[in-house]
Amino acid sequence: MATLLRMENICKRFGEVVANDHIHFEVEEGEIHALLGENGAGKTTLMNILYGLYRPDRGRIWLRGRPVDIPNPRVAISLGIGMIHQHFMLVPVFTVAENVLLGMPAPREPLLTLKQVAERVQHLSQQYGLMVNPYARVEDLAVGERQRVEILKALYRRADLLILDEPTAVLTPGEVEKLFTVLRNLVQQGKSVVFISHKLDEVMAISDRITVLRDGRVVQTVARKDTDKAALARMMVGRDVVFRISRQDACRGEDVVLRVEGVTLQRRGERPALADINFCVRAGEIFAIAGVDGNGQRELAAVISGLEKPTSGRVEIEGRDVTALGPRGLVRLGIARIPEDRHGLGLVMGFTVGENLVLDCFDRSPFCRLGWLNFRAIRQRALALCQEYDIRPPRPDMPARLLSGGNQQKLILARELSRQPRFVLAVQPTRGLDVGASEFVYRNLLEQRRRGAGILLISTELDEVLMLADRIAVIYGGRIMDILEHDEANLERLGLLMAGVAASSGQKAEVVREG
Amino acid sequence: MDIFQPEAIGVQLERTPERQRDGRTWFLWTLRSTAPLWAVVLALLVGAVVLEVAGVDPLRAYGAMLDGAIGSWAAVGLTLQKSVPLILAGLGVAFAFRCTLFNIGAEGQLHIGALLGTVIALYVPGLPSWLHIPLCLLGGFVGGAIWGGLPGYLRAKRGLSEIIMTILLNYVAFWFTSFLVHGPIQEPAGYYPQTEPVPESAALPIFWGAGRLHIGFLIALVIAALVHVILFRTSLGFQIRAVGHNPRVAQHAGISPVRNMVIAMLISGGLAGMAGIVEILGVQRRMSDFFSPGYGYDAIAVALLGNANPLGVVISAIFFGALRAGSNMMQRSVAVPAAVAGFIQGITVLFVVIAGAIPQIHVRWRSRKERNG
Repeated sequence: MATLLRMENICKRFGEVVANDHIHFEVEEGEIHALLGENGAGKTTLMNILYGLYRPDRGRIWLRGRPVDIPNPRVAISLGIGMIHQHFMLVPVFTVAENVLLGMPAPREPLLTLKQVAERVQHLSQQYGLMVNPYARVEDLAVGERQRVEILKALYRRADLLILDEPTAVLTPGEVEKLFTVLRNLVQQGKSVVFISHKLDEVMAISDRITVLRDGRVVQTVARKDTDKAALARMMVGRDVVFRISRQDACRGEDVVLRVEGVTLQRRGERPALADINFCVRAGEIFAIAGVDGNGQRELAAVISGLEKPTSGRVEIEGRDVTALGPRGLVRLGIARIPEDRHGLGLVMGFTVGENLVLDCFDRSPFCRLGWLNFRAIRQRALALCQEYDIRPPRPDMPARLLSGGNQQKLILARELSRQPRFVLAVQPTRGLDVGASEFVYRNLLEQRRRGAGILLISTELDEVLMLADRIAVIYGGRIMDILEHDEANLERLGLLMAGVAASSGQKAEVVREG
Repeated sequence: MDIFQPEAIGVQLERTPERQRDGRTWFLWTLRSTAPLWAVVLALLVGAVVLEVAGVDPLRAYGAMLDGAIGSWAAVGLTLQKSVPLILAGLGVAFAFRCTLFNIGAEGQLHIGALLGTVIALYVPGLPSWLHIPLCLLGGFVGGAIWGGLPGYLRAKRGLSEIIMTILLNYVAFWFTSFLVHGPIQEPAGYYPQTEPVPESAALPIFWGAGRLHIGFLIALVIAALVHVILFRTSLGFQIRAVGHNPRVAQHAGISPVRNMVIAMLISGGLAGMAGIVEILGVQRRMSDFFSPGYGYDAIAVALLGNANPLGVVISAIFFGALRAGSNMMQRSVAVPAAVAGFIQGITVLFVVIAGAIPQIHVRWRSRKERNG
């Protein structure tokens, strides 16, 4: 097999951070090459350099044996490189064909003749097994189909080398299988694929070779058949990794700490984002809500944390109706909320560590007397919490913005969990965190459970859900599909529920997907 | 870049990171922290070219300007006197900036504040000075607060643009006061569009004879210190800054964005209103319809140049005061149109905004790094 791509000595730094440090990376023709590493290991940076989004500080790129210079994506595309980003770049109200054509001259410029485009899209989708109707509007497509449109876009531009950045993050297990079939089809017909991921199972399932990155450096490139999960994990993290956090049996009490009753949320003229949601969380249990991203999780979290009032239904905390209480009242009740979006909801990035740690209690003694802030008390609290939660660096006067993602999350945990909550709402608590920081989050959630707090964990990571939860509800299209005990749940059952297939008496499946 | 972010106009609300290692970062940091200075130097250079084109010797013109601004005690006094309304209104604009609100309406708030204060000065007579002056200042504050609070409320509650509302309210305020001084509160002589002089009990006394400087200057300094304390030492300031940084995070933590935006605009407008009444009681001693040569608009530039920081506002207000005093002298002694001074002011603001883009370049590097690491 010939070498299609060779990246040599690639270096890229952003300020003080070295994102890529003398990276060598090669892709053969007709292979699926996984780029494995934790968040922040430099995978996306390397591929952005290849796609012309960044200029490398040093290093050279060879394509088909010739040195190339890629100053921008346009050049990358003309060289046959296609990139499918984690967040799709599609115009929802355009059709598939229109989206495919976007940014290119039409076949009969200046006339917009979509028929030829649609025909070619049809042809391509048959050739590679990417079934998509070229005349469908993108907003009507499921997430998996949208991803296929992105792949079609790259193929339409005659890409030979496809880069997929964390392509499975938004897919159900079933859709992941379909994607893998497509990828295998592509390489069989001579295309090459770079598959960026931090998930070991997927990498082992799909790739021919694997390059592991850590802290901006290549640890090793190995053939899949010569390695296993444990070895990859060690290379990725730099130490042995415990895959299972020891989870004692439920110490579930009878007290209901959170009860959600008939909650519906519908904005005017839209489909309901939440439809008749019912469940309760008991003291001493972790209750998880699993589901593919965008099925009402965000809205449910907003309702429970008081940011949004439901159209109907009620939310009770320890028997008290809190539906209309608002965030301030909920903070007063002493519930903990670990939001999905650290930057958008959790922390004031321009505030210091100390200021962020009193964001919920700055107006209470000893931090505030008669409207005056007591900076000594704020500083002391910050120092104590930095130590207890191992926030690094432990500097109360440092802007939160300058902390790493893991330490920012610790900052939120410190603020929220230090008030000994009876109820904890944790939304995607490990998103974007490395293995070490994730472990820290898990340990803290389990510790809260042991203390007797009720925990609602909203997560799209099935591994996380299966590892932590005592009961698992699956949300799909704003509805709870089913609630399973920990022992009844497995990947397959959850996967079906996540795809909107209701398991009626374990036999025939019934599709309840709408719109 | 969202133009409704303070960074978009060059205001840096965050502290600079302390550790700066590599040379390029250090260079940018130095450039950023001295940016206003370079902006001014550059503006003066461009101004020199304009003066040259206008047929005036720039050195002579700038000499006269310097003379008029700081050439004598009287000049210094005049500079400081002109800086008083700029300090107060500049603090007002800066206060709103801290909540990421763009109060372009300081001019209108200044007019309404001056109006309410003057009415109290004229129609509540027979009070001793120690009571009459504070009452008038309070009136000025309340007038401005109303004019700022109204758009503040609509912004916070309904999401209307405070920029558009405050700009338009400037016209309403100006023509409303103009109407009043042409009729209802016009002096009995009825010739000029102006009120009676304010009684002696309401006039701000002069505390520095050589510079003919009234106590409004001291009041402005005290208010600047007060604004600093409110912003950085009280729970109110904490909330306002939190909302300014990120209203959603604030709301999630139980801080009401609506309430704090309204309060920020009330105080912002109030400070601009005080600028108006202090100018009336300290300098003009009576209200007319053209008593403000655009102090409220300059206040925006003052707040920008001062980086929305109370001490910075005082310094930049004095600089703009000097520019005004100096340009008057330049006009008189070298026959340069006053418009040239205005031109230099404008070009200064422009350069400050451009200099403000330097940290943005830096931020862009950083955010890329955060996204892609």
